[in-house]
Amino acid sequence: MSPSVRLQEMIRVIRGARTQGEERGVIQRECAAIRAQFRQADNGTRSHNLAKLLYVHMLGYPAHFGQMECVRLIASPRYNEKRVGYLGAMMLLDEKQDASLLITNSIKNDLSHSSQYVQSLALCTLACMGSAEMCRDLAPEIDRLLRASNSYIKKKAALCAVHMVRKVPELGELFTPAARSLLSEKNHGVLHGAVVLITELCERNPDTLEQFRKAVPELVLMMKGLVMSGYSPEHNVAGISDPFLQVRILRLLRILGRNNDTASDAMNDLLAQVATNTDSSKTAGSAVLYETVLTVMDIKSESGLRVLAVNILGRFLLNNDRNIRYISMTSLQKIVQTDHNAVQRHRGTIVDCLKDQDASVKRRALELSLALVSAVNIRSLMKELLLFLSSCPPELRAHTTSGIFNAAERYAPSQRWHIDTILHVLTTAGGDVRDETVPNLIQLITTATELHCYTVHKLYRALITDISVQSLVQVACWCIGEYGDLLLRGECEETEPVQVTEDDVLDALETVLQSHMSSPATRGFALTATMKLSTRITHNVDRIRSIVSIYGSCIDVELQQRAVEYNALFKKYDHMSVTVYEKNGVTLKLQTDRQTDTGMTVTLTATNSTDGDITGLTLQAAVPKSVQLQMKAPSGDVIPAHGLGQVTQTVLLNNPNKVGLHSDTVQIDSFPSTAW
Amino acid sequence: MMHFLLLFSRQGKLRLQKWFTPVPEREKKKIVRDMTTMVLGRKPRSCNFLHWKDLKIVYKKYASLYFCCGLDAEENELLALEVLHRYVELLDKYFGNVCELDIIFNFEKAYFILDEFLLGGEVQETSKQVLSRSIEASDMLQEAEIDNSDYDLELGWP
Repeated sequence: MSPSVRLQEMIRVIRGARTQGEERGVIQRECAAIRAQFRQADNGTRSHNLAKLLYVHMLGYPAHFGQMECVRLIASPRYNEKRVGYLGAMMLLDEKQDASLLITNSIKNDLSHSSQYVQSLALCTLACMGSAEMCRDLAPEIDRLLRASNSYIKKKAALCAVHMVRKVPELGELFTPAARSLLSEKNHGVLHGAVVLITELCERNPDTLEQFRKAVPELVLMMKGLVMSGYSPEHNVAGISDPFLQVRILRLLRILGRNNDTASDAMNDLLAQVATNTDSSKTAGSAVLYETVLTVMDIKSESGLRVLAVNILGRFLLNNDRNIRYISMTSLQKIVQTDHNAVQRHRGTIVDCLKDQDASVKRRALELSLALVSAVNIRSLMKELLLFLSSCPPELRAHTTSGIFNAAERYAPSQRWHIDTILHVLTTAGGDVRDETVPNLIQLITTATELHCYTVHKLYRALITDISVQSLVQVACWCIGEYGDLLLRGECEETEPVQVTEDDVLDALETVLQSHMSSPATRGFALTATMKLSTRITHNVDRIRSIVSIYGSCIDVELQQRAVEYNALFKKYDHMSVTVYEKNGVTLKLQTDRQTDTGMTVTLTATNSTDGDITGLTLQAAVPKSVQLQMKAPSGDVIPAHGLGQVTQTVLLNNPNKVGLHSDTVQIDSFPSTAW
Repeated sequence: MMHFLLLFSRQGKLRLQKWFTPVPEREKKKIVRDMTTMVLGRKPRSCNFLHWKDLKIVYKKYASLYFCCGLDAEENELLALEVLHRYVELLDKYFGNVCELDIIFNFEKAYFILDEFLLGGEVQETSKQVLSRSIEASDMLQEAEIDNSDYDLELGWP
């Protein structure tokens, strides 16, 4: 009976548990048994018990009591025990555990073991969880193995060295000579490890990088060999000979060619060759092409090669494979600033990707489209973006609207286009725009003076259709308040005018005020707009006053305050009285009671602060020719002395020609003769 | 480099976890949770690449198992797909028409195979034949040892 059956038996029992509780019970029993076993002397079942524990650990249960067992098993002379011991160390120990230090010695010994499979275990574990201290300790061993061992060990030693350099960068110096000589190996595994190691060394040390630039021709040859070689059954993946090695060489070339003309020149031909000859019908080939493109764009390559690279990305955009479309767009995004014109050529395809099913592809297409907006293509590209906005996933809406606004602001061909675009966005996605949109739009409208009539018409139409979008409603209210007179005039050059009455407009604003959909800020806009209309309309001022006064007792403090202040304004406006005559103790005040477009009702009030009463007061008023005057009877003809009383007289003025009336138009001619 | 490789089922049950950087136990659990949630939540025909923190996540579904790895930002995602595929091929060759149950009941073998293919988060061997041969050889070494050993199964816990 094979020993591992017991492990499998335990797994079967655990999986057979019907509830979480049952599973816990089984596992607790097993763990207790395992613990007991660990305490006993070696009985040949230790590796299986540890394996069981590792399974339990993978299910999420605690297994720290197995750590010391790992240490013991690693030190065992038996291969299968070492194997499980090292596996346990990689799963249960990491550099932060104290127990990990205890295996350093075992690893050291196993690195020189006669069996390469034991050496392999040590190398693997060291590369997986070796701490900085362990790395420093064992680096000379690794260096030795890099130079003198078979290819099976060399390739593992190379990657172990990579780990060590990541943990302790100073060790790079130690490994550099060995790394250099590894490049002349034939074995692909070793070459791959060597290239990864050299890449790591060059990334961390500029001097090492300088040194390895001399290896560019060698690397170019190596790469050529791979690309031009015939079918190699050992390394072939979908027609590509060892794509893993090819990609790593390309990445190393990228690092070496960056910011260096000589190195870049040396690899130019090779890159063109790879770009042209690699079959990208399968993922392996596409991976190589992708890496080639990245390298071309990062080094100092010729412009022809760059165009070739961008065209490859353009071809990728048309690929059926979604993954390839996605990485094409991420790459294009990186180069859209530096190679703007080249990327522009593929704008059509990029815009098509806005309609892709995949959300990641959509997002990339959006980013790229926004980056490609220019003065030349703004109109057509904006159409596509607005179309996208109407059906785009919710998580992209805010980004899309702000992108559209930025683009519109930078490249708007006309103010009318700009306003139309913003209104379109607000209608489609007004709930996803930033707060500054409202004041920004208001400012834009204000500056577009010739378009006030057009804008207020558009916004009025939008308002009566739908009052749910707060940003749109706020701007509409503001606009109506500011330019409502243009709306009521019933004529417009730029668009079909509406025939509305003052009541219609006030209805619209009142609907906003009363709707539960309106936010407090929106209500504020509506209330202020209503108030502003009182100076622009003629027949419904009373209605406005009543609307405003209702809100004087509104629960919302902001609205209440506004309403109260507006009410005060009304009153002040009403009783605004002017002193038209003040002489010798006689004061005559004039106050406007009502004012319409065609007329005015005025009250004259006379007071007398002299010692004697004034009798026989008659007033005459002179007004411009077209204005008709009607003076009602005064309240009395004696003005008491000492300001004890007053006389009032109402004057009606009819002003059909709407001549501008001012309070000093009325002149007082007559004054009492008995004053002195 | 690869930071981690996870295998989990459609129900989110973890079948294999390989960590190539030191991560605290609690953090590991969180990452596994995040990965399973993210990957299992993907629509059927989405692309296989994701972003998570500063890592690229590449995943592929093979039958009932999701293979999910976390990579540095400069890694080649398309090549990562090939790496995952190569691992699946190795498992398939070893177990013969591999399925999830094979990996459940022989998880330690799945780890041994992985440790021959990846080391320190990097590919260590690019030839399928060489890999298969070394895996076989290790197994034979283990078998030989067991055959030659003289421990008594009866002494163990039932």
